[in-house]
Amino acid sequence: MELVEAIILSVLAASTPLLIAATGELVTERSGVLNLGVEGMMIVGAACGFAGAWLTGSIFIGALFGIVAGTMMSLFFALMALGLAVNQVATGLALTILGVGLSGLIGAGFVGERITPAVHLSIPGLTDIPLVGRVLFGEDAFVYFSIALLVGVWWFLYRTRAGLILRACGDNHVSAHALGYPVLRIRTLAVMFGGACAGLAGAYLPLAYTPFFIPGMTAGRGWIALALVVFSSWRPGRLVVGAYLFGAVTILQLHAQGWGVGIPSQFMSALPYLATIVVLVLLSRARSGGSTAPAALGTVFVPDR
Amino acid sequence: MQLVLEKRAERSGTIALVSPLIAIGLTIATMVILFAILGKNPLLALHAYFIAPLTDGYSLQEIAVKATPLVMIAIGLSLCYLANAWNIGAEGQFLIGAVAGSWIAVRTQGTDAGAWVLPVMLVLAAAAGALYALIPAICKVKFGASEILTSLMLVYVADLFLDYLVRGPWRDPHGFNFPTTAEFDPVATVPLLIEGGRLHFGSILALLVVAAAAILLGRTIKGFEIRVVGAAPRAARFGGFKADRLIILTFAVSGALAGLAGIIEVAGPVGHLQPGISPGYGFTAIIVAFLGRLNPLGILIAGLFLALTFIGGEQAQITMKIPLDVTKVFQGILLFYVLACDSLILYRFKLVFPNRQVTSGAG
Repeated sequence: MELVEAIILSVLAASTPLLIAATGELVTERSGVLNLGVEGMMIVGAACGFAGAWLTGSIFIGALFGIVAGTMMSLFFALMALGLAVNQVATGLALTILGVGLSGLIGAGFVGERITPAVHLSIPGLTDIPLVGRVLFGEDAFVYFSIALLVGVWWFLYRTRAGLILRACGDNHVSAHALGYPVLRIRTLAVMFGGACAGLAGAYLPLAYTPFFIPGMTAGRGWIALALVVFSSWRPGRLVVGAYLFGAVTILQLHAQGWGVGIPSQFMSALPYLATIVVLVLLSRARSGGSTAPAALGTVFVPDR
Repeated sequence: MQLVLEKRAERSGTIALVSPLIAIGLTIATMVILFAILGKNPLLALHAYFIAPLTDGYSLQEIAVKATPLVMIAIGLSLCYLANAWNIGAEGQFLIGAVAGSWIAVRTQGTDAGAWVLPVMLVLAAAAGALYALIPAICKVKFGASEILTSLMLVYVADLFLDYLVRGPWRDPHGFNFPTTAEFDPVATVPLLIEGGRLHFGSILALLVVAAAAILLGRTIKGFEIRVVGAAPRAARFGGFKADRLIILTFAVSGALAGLAGIIEVAGPVGHLQPGISPGYGFTAIIVAFLGRLNPLGILIAGLFLALTFIGGEQAQITMKIPLDVTKVFQGILLFYVLACDSLILYRFKLVFPNRQVTSGAG
């Protein structure tokens, strides 16, 4: 029982950064923009988040640093891909290459330092309930926030007029423009939201997952978050399933290594990446009848006037 | 008053030529600011980065050595990008090529195997790189899975596989437990061009690849097909060109070139297989491809320039204690500026005054 609880807890912890980053990217992509720079924004968020928390001693301020850093990175992207109509795939790659360098530069002074990680909720009585107590009432603030964020995004996309307009931009930017909606402004806001989420997701790693910063600590999570958005068919509801499934694969391989299964650890570590490929193939195949991606995803839009 | 983009009637030839130079200029200006923030003398830092490596023979050879994998990978990537196929996993194909070629080197170690070893290593590495690149290509063509994500995921897999080999079955028994194979035998090593120098035969091969790509793109139907499929997919369909087959072909060629670059790096400058054989060649080659405007000759020049930043970065770290990550930041910023300047080939900036337009329309 103890072990089951421990596994569920660690799955939640491993899934949360994926969920936050993927939620942000989902909003960006629903507006028609493909920002491949999630990994770059996340790793800068991780470095700045740790720097903020280490300098101020506050996890909250650290998280804010991460959010601001991710948003600023995404503004670079918006300036290029939306302002200058540059190819979005190439710009996203540039953002990742830049992010990896910047995070190394920012984080260099903090390697080897430790902070007190984010505190976990503790409600006497409730948190002590066996099996479900710590899972439901003993998480850190990031985990609860990630769920709230996802519900908020679902509500925004499907229950508000602004969400409808954002989806219209993603499906047909010419029509949205003709109706008088400021397509580029809406997309810029969506890209900024994606950047803020990626920055927060990155900051989660050194603030709650491990209490220290190491260069390259995102280890491809930004790319997996991008794959999760495809997995979810661009729907927030399925995103949560995908994120926890991937968290489970990550934890499973860690535990399998601990149990001394006779498979080299490197093969187990490769599982999340291989799982991503398998899932992408299976899903893309199942969807052969027609794509569920936003119709204008990744296309350049220069308004005529 | 508002600044907007306006599509040019036709591509601007002048800007196409000068845009990489503008981008480099803007990047250097940005670096001056970055050096100042880091508290380093910008002029001395720029000297260490761009001038010092050009002043001695050893560094010049080292630039050619570093440019070799960059140019070979970037030529392959440029074919993919021209055909609108997004292979960003060249780093993984590089590593798998290095592993496949090293297999022969490790198996023949200490035996009296003859001169056939190196050619077989090269062929095997190219084949392995091509096969590894075919995984994302086939997933794309058969199942519609994003080749961007699958090719990138395979980088991590290749990295872990190499790590397993050099820590496990292929580890040098006399290597003091370091994760590395034993030094390759002379027959499994790329010959040097200058006795006692650094320049090796691989650089000649890279030049041949550049020439072959220039002929392919400029003189053959296949090259024309690649460019049409990328630039005008609809026209290509009417012309009967099969985009799917080109995705497979360009991925296979770029994978083969990346794999070849991998084994040349291992059997050449490094001399044995170990983790960290690539300081991100596969990703830097993406920058090289774009900086070279996806043109073979341009890629050769861009490859030499980015190799210069690697060598300059190492020198600046030694002489001025500038962190190595500055080189990555430099490369990232450079790609940003290159892409931004490219936008000016197709568009021009225009100031619009919305209010005035309304009044003139009414009058």
